[in-house]
Amino acid sequence: MRHEIILLVLILILLVFEIFTKTEQKKSLIYLALGLFAIHTITGFFQTTDGQLFGGSFRTNPLIHFFKNVLNVGVLIILLQSTDWLRDKVAHLNKIPEFFILLFSSLIGMYFMISSGDFLMFYIGLELSTLPLVALVAYNSADIKGTEAAVKLIMTAALASAISLFGMTMLYATGGSLFFNMISYQLQVSPLAIMGLVFFFSGVAFKISLAPFHFWTADVYEGAPIGITSYLSVISKGAAIFILTTILFKVLPVLSDYWKYIVWGVAVLTMFIGNLFALRQQNMKRFLAFSSIAQAGFILMGVINGDAFGATSIIYFVMIYIFSNLGAFGVVQAISSATGKENMDDYVGLYRTNPKLSLVMLMALFSLAGIPPVAGFFGKFFLYTAAAEKGYYLLVFLAVVNVTISLYYYLLPVRAMFLRKSDDAIPYFKSNWPMRLGLLLAVAGIFVIGLYSPIYNYIVELSKLL
Amino acid sequence: MNFSYTFLVPLIPFAVFIFLGFFYNRIKENISGWIGVAGLTSVAVLSYYTAIQYFYHTPKLDGKFQTFVYSVNWMNFTDTLKVDMGVLIDPISVMMLVVVSTISLMVHIYSMGYMHGDRGFTKFYAFLSLFTFSMMGLVLATNLFQIYIFWELVGVSSFLLIGYYYEKPSAVAAAKKAFIVTRFADFGFLVGILLVGYYLGSFDFQYLNGPEGIAAAQKFGSIFMGFSVIGLALVLMFMGGAGKSAMFPLHIWLPDAMEGPTPVSALIHAATMVVAGVYLVARMFPMFNFVDHGSALHIVAWVGAISTLIAAIIALTQFDIKRVLAFSTMSQIGYMMLALGVSGYDGHEGVGYMASMWHLFTHAMFKGLLFLGAGSVIHAVHSNLMQDMGGLHKYMKITSITFLIAALSIAGFPGFSGFFSKDEILIATFHHNRPIFYITLFVAGLTAFYMFRLYFSIFWNKKTHYHHTPHESPLTMTIPLVFLAIMSIVPGYFPFTEWVTPDKVGFHGHIDPMMASIATTVGVLGIGLAYFFYFKPTDYPAKISAAFGTFYVWTKNKFYIDELYLFVTRNIIFKYISGSFAWFDKKVVDGTMNLIGNSTVVGSEAIKGVQSGKVQDYAFAFVGGVIILVIVVIYML
Repeated sequence: MRHEIILLVLILILLVFEIFTKTEQKKSLIYLALGLFAIHTITGFFQTTDGQLFGGSFRTNPLIHFFKNVLNVGVLIILLQSTDWLRDKVAHLNKIPEFFILLFSSLIGMYFMISSGDFLMFYIGLELSTLPLVALVAYNSADIKGTEAAVKLIMTAALASAISLFGMTMLYATGGSLFFNMISYQLQVSPLAIMGLVFFFSGVAFKISLAPFHFWTADVYEGAPIGITSYLSVISKGAAIFILTTILFKVLPVLSDYWKYIVWGVAVLTMFIGNLFALRQQNMKRFLAFSSIAQAGFILMGVINGDAFGATSIIYFVMIYIFSNLGAFGVVQAISSATGKENMDDYVGLYRTNPKLSLVMLMALFSLAGIPPVAGFFGKFFLYTAAAEKGYYLLVFLAVVNVTISLYYYLLPVRAMFLRKSDDAIPYFKSNWPMRLGLLLAVAGIFVIGLYSPIYNYIVELSKLL
Repeated sequence: MNFSYTFLVPLIPFAVFIFLGFFYNRIKENISGWIGVAGLTSVAVLSYYTAIQYFYHTPKLDGKFQTFVYSVNWMNFTDTLKVDMGVLIDPISVMMLVVVSTISLMVHIYSMGYMHGDRGFTKFYAFLSLFTFSMMGLVLATNLFQIYIFWELVGVSSFLLIGYYYEKPSAVAAAKKAFIVTRFADFGFLVGILLVGYYLGSFDFQYLNGPEGIAAAQKFGSIFMGFSVIGLALVLMFMGGAGKSAMFPLHIWLPDAMEGPTPVSALIHAATMVVAGVYLVARMFPMFNFVDHGSALHIVAWVGAISTLIAAIIALTQFDIKRVLAFSTMSQIGYMMLALGVSGYDGHEGVGYMASMWHLFTHAMFKGLLFLGAGSVIHAVHSNLMQDMGGLHKYMKITSITFLIAALSIAGFPGFSGFFSKDEILIATFHHNRPIFYITLFVAGLTAFYMFRLYFSIFWNKKTHYHHTPHESPLTMTIPLVFLAIMSIVPGYFPFTEWVTPDKVGFHGHIDPMMASIATTVGVLGIGLAYFFYFKPTDYPAKISAAFGTFYVWTKNKFYIDELYLFVTRNIIFKYISGSFAWFDKKVVDGTMNLIGNSTVVGSEAIKGVQSGKVQDYAFAFVGGVIILVIVVIYML
């Protein structure tokens, strides 16, 4: 519970400061929020007690605790990378604190979601994490694209949560309880239960943007401020995958024959759709949006495993994915805040003018594509192993085909940056220290997680607690 | 004694490499030079300290030098097959520390003069540091896997240094050639390592060379021409060693590698990297000796003997002074290999091993000196060819005298270090393999002859007219020459027989008067002939080469071995084997791939419309997806 309490206190502090700070001094709140959140991230790593609250609706264990820390580190990196943008590009200074308050509220929602012990808490967490995000997507209210994105997000989110809530009621009807551990005892295979599973799955699949529930992704990612796009693509997605894994593995093992078919089909569809759309994107945010859809398809290979090893491979991959994607989004963010450019063509010749940024992007894209020796390779490797272990060879084969497709488009920005020459390349610029720290953390993560094997072994131990 | 601080020996040059690599735009030339020299000085101090501590102040255990291993676990393949990274301290690794750090330090100092004003000065020092790091990691490796990693790193840094003048096409070609040939050999090495790992379940030197590893290795029966699988693995490993050490028939890269800057030739292609193969065999010596009753050692011995003979003959006919030295290096490494090949294990039987290591040490010093001296000459004359030189003694006294000392040492003149180590090699071959003994003796004569041909042609002979008067090189270049000249004499008086033996016990060595007098006679004969031919301009050389006719032409063209390789690769492998593969690749594989690629693009074009941007379409797809899933799951399964 410490995570939630501290973050709540943090929000309250910011609210108070927001009231008592003069408009022209609001910028100083950026660093206050950053500092407070850094402290929160660090305290998260200290030992804490495990247990349950509210009669089992809320539970924590070292695994959940660990995953919250992962999310915290991701959010910290996002905040670091957004500092430049918040300071220089936000027109209304009064809105600066809102950014943090809304973001932290959404993060609390994630906490509750992954800590949930019953469907009620899960649903509250889900909603709490989504609603502030809608406001954040429309953060720049003068921007028509952002507003459009927010409208699309709220409509699709409403539909998704209605469907998943309907699914939960059906599971309640057949399982006789809202509590996860009760359902896992009492649930019997019946058409109603299966329908409940499908409805519930579709609602969560919306969060993870699995095909065919992914359509909102590209529009929203493109319209939202980049910081929020990174948040949506890594934090929101990571948390949803975590809870989906927990529920499928622990609450609905009875239906595993059925959800494995669903996961199989959705995985293949998601990989292909994500990759085929990513192939032709010019806008870097849209490009990364589709790439993240395809990545979610890969993650389902771990889900289909259904055992502790599957959970390990998922958590390990999600960690790597968070750092890799934040590396890529960080570069996009840095370039966007410095020059306002977001298209792949603008990146031509970047290596000659901004070699360090290009190298960060290179590492991040290599990791996303799964090229050794960066961490992404190991992450994908364990996902393949997880699927192959249970005999899903066709799925692994299709995944390999998709990796090949993805290599092509991941190397497009690399080619633009390193191989193509341009006379009007983006000139050299130097980002602020928080941005550089954020990129450094992301790159460090990409290398350390892949090469320092005790992290993997630690996750193996923790996954037994799922 | 605790030697764990030797971790620093590879890490210091690595830190220097990282530092120079990151800031290479921003550092001034002399500062990066001093950083490199300072790093290497600390490495040298550590190495010398380690050597003194190890040989004089560390108590022996059961009369043997102890082995110290400090390592961290790096990777676990299975419960038994682990890869560690660490340092291993035993007589040969301590000896190699001294060799590598000495030569590397000298080259670092020397390059400050030699490379002065070069555009990539800092880059050059960064590469030198990278090389030193890799070589130290190789020397201190605790297991086969670690040695392999650093082995490849050495290959890469050597590639970078040979191709340092990358504007010159010949340098690029030489770098590629060196890399490809050694990589080809390394393939054998890797397979050998994997075989050992698979059959013996360990990469660890301590285990493999210890009684348990030997016993496990001896269990395998013969499978091919008297070799067991472990024996074959050792032969494959030796292939990697032969590639790095430029042994026949994998020597073709070494002469071309002389395209690199001369200090690089001194460091890599004379003293350190090229002896890596010798070091590898020495490191695995107990295995080589005991598995299959030493069959693999026979191969080592004969490959060494053939290489030493061929290289010495070719060296007679070369006119590029660096190429003469390159072939001389190959010949001398052949000496080390054959000495290892004829060696036994216990007590005095191990004289070949001891002689090989001793010769490695002395050779590093005098050959390093010869190369640096040649560099000094090239620096003054701006040419590599003997014809452009002559009478330089008048202008370059220090270079001339130090070069003479090195030449006397390599010729085995009494009192110089080469005399002592070569004497031990002769003794070892005399007692264990008579045919090789005669080859060795003959080559000793040839060595004396070609080396003094070189010396007289450069420093005496005709009085060439130079465009501008040659002058002695700056102090940064002559100081290393003088230091190495001293080191070309002193190591002859080290008690190597007590320090470096296969069983680590040591024995009392003595000079065999008969052998010494034979060797001296042969050496003096060679020197005398060279004096007679080359001290003053004469027409004897032309007459002799005419008398040898075809043989001379063949020798001058290095027995056409390069051409043979080219013929085989171009006309057989490329044309017939690769040609058909290329057709299959272009037509079938590429065709399939293009089809897939095109259909991917077409597919991605076709589904573009689905992402319409209308939220009602999205909702439709969403609900439709749910319905389809429900139908599929409930009714179709």
